[in-house]
Amino acid sequence: MALLDVQNLKLYFFTRRGAAKAVDDVSFGIEKNETMGLIGESGCGKTTAALTFMRFVKKPGKLVGGHVYFEGRDIATASEEEMRKLRGKEISIVRQEAQNALNPVLRIGKQITEMILEHENVSNSEAMDRAKEQLNLVGINEKRINCYPHEFSGGMKQRAMVAIATACNPKFLILDEPTTGLDVIVQRQLLMMINDLREKLHLTAIFISHDLAVIAETCDKVAVMYAGKIVEMSDVVTMYKDPLHPYSKALIGAYPSLKGAKRKLYSIPGAPPGLINPPEGCRFAPRCEYAMDICTKEEPLMVEKEGRKVACHLIK
Amino acid sequence: MGFKGFILKKAIAAIITVVVIVCVNFVIFRIAPGDPIRMMFRDPRISAEQLEEMRHKYHLDGSMGEQFVYYMKSMAQGDLGISFGSKRPVLELIIERVPNTLMLVLTALTCAIFIGISLGAFAGWRSGTKIDTMILSTALAFYSIPTFALGILLLLLFAYVIPIFPLGGMVTPAAGLHGFAYLRDLLWHMCLPAFTVTLWYIGEYVLFTRSSMMDVLHQDFILTARAKGLKESVVLRTHALRNALLPVVTITGVNLGFAVAGVIEAETVYSWPGAGMLVYDAVMKRDYPLLQGVFLLFACSVVLANFTIDLIYGYIDPRIKVGEG
Repeated sequence: MALLDVQNLKLYFFTRRGAAKAVDDVSFGIEKNETMGLIGESGCGKTTAALTFMRFVKKPGKLVGGHVYFEGRDIATASEEEMRKLRGKEISIVRQEAQNALNPVLRIGKQITEMILEHENVSNSEAMDRAKEQLNLVGINEKRINCYPHEFSGGMKQRAMVAIATACNPKFLILDEPTTGLDVIVQRQLLMMINDLREKLHLTAIFISHDLAVIAETCDKVAVMYAGKIVEMSDVVTMYKDPLHPYSKALIGAYPSLKGAKRKLYSIPGAPPGLINPPEGCRFAPRCEYAMDICTKEEPLMVEKEGRKVACHLIK
Repeated sequence: MGFKGFILKKAIAAIITVVVIVCVNFVIFRIAPGDPIRMMFRDPRISAEQLEEMRHKYHLDGSMGEQFVYYMKSMAQGDLGISFGSKRPVLELIIERVPNTLMLVLTALTCAIFIGISLGAFAGWRSGTKIDTMILSTALAFYSIPTFALGILLLLLFAYVIPIFPLGGMVTPAAGLHGFAYLRDLLWHMCLPAFTVTLWYIGEYVLFTRSSMMDVLHQDFILTARAKGLKESVVLRTHALRNALLPVVTITGVNLGFAVAGVIEAETVYSWPGAGMLVYDAVMKRDYPLLQGVFLLFACSVVLANFTIDLIYGYIDPRIKVGEG
């Protein structure tokens, strides 16, 4: 059984102009010790989906359908108290832009220990020792435990964020664009560290990013999301070598390759559709160079082909 | 530069500000219309010699330069001059009144801080609900209604229609009370004025805390705190309120600065013998030396309060590095 099993998840934002379908009928499963990448443009619903796994639904957002089973328990219907006990302890999140995600007036140590003390029956000094261990684990000198976030560099803040997220040995980790806003060298260091941690702590994780290289380095499989829907899912290598969905193709074609021959980068014409009145049929059709008549009339269903899943009328 | 250097720098800045205020104080009252000596002695039968004598007595006969030197000299010696009205040293009058004002304002401010912050934080947390609207509109009403109007209303209600509180003053005159009985009498007199001022301050604190709280609750680190599985009460207290109170500390500093100046309106309505009423009387009687002295007191207390807030801020907000900038 998958550790996290998402079935037909639907999350709509009820705005004055109508319901924005931020996450629309999304299904996937993540097995134990597996890391899945969730990739897509900004605003396609990645972060919204990820926050739903902890059942953080910001108003006017509402969970309108589907289930999120975590170890068999449905997060969509769990009580608030059950969710609170799950958060941080079993499901944890490394948030983007640690700059704003850390409390500016609390010491780093306190921001780690408060979570350990909440979930585990340990003394203050034990929690403090654990916090120091966590800092060492993410490559921050434990002497800096009494620092405030503003005394850390951007990379260190993000590391501290990882230290917090993994402090209670969670079963499932959500990595929500942890490398956003960092320069490439620091990004690389952080990714190496996350990969390290995944092995050491046997983490199961979902890695959200718009950066293909990042996903390729960290994930086993990947799901491509477009306008609130998952359009293709497969293992990472296949996705890069042979993407099936035109959007996946375009997404991968839009990135330069360091090793391959020099070529003109592909850019997808147009902009992602509004989520209040998404185009009928396939949501990518208006921007798709292979679009056929049927694409604007009928929504393509997810079909399975050689162990990969894709939703496109071209693939039968 | 260390902490001592920081204090020194701030202290020097404060002293310079006070000196500037002293100078401005000198100028303001010289360019104000009217001759203070003529104002004092309105008897038309007074002779020119007598006026000149008075002018000399109050050191108003020299040139502006001479007057300024004399003024600065006496300021340095702590001599604020003699009140026209009561013919007593201004400093003495002020020292007599300030404790009364502080007693009233500090009581009101303490109550308001506790009640206002609690209500404001709650309203901010539950923003958009009915109870928030209720708290907000009530606070807005108390904040916008002038203190004298509220004071008169309360006075009418609770001292006249339902006479449970005295009409004014600080103690029952000529009652000869001592010890506990005196204290009880004092508190009984303080109830209405303190309540009036408290209501106004509560309005202010509710409005500030509420908006600050709403702002903080939308910040990213609140979601982080919730993602840690912390109890909502912990999220609110340790994470939200701690940050939301930073701007509230600033208004407390401003309030404290003006506290010494008294709450002129409330003190006048309730005939509370504080610094505020001193101002009122001084204005009514054109008592220039007294006004000048009280102005100086106000200015200094505001400067002192700001200085204190600067220091406190360094402690409560780690991002403000004491010693830098």
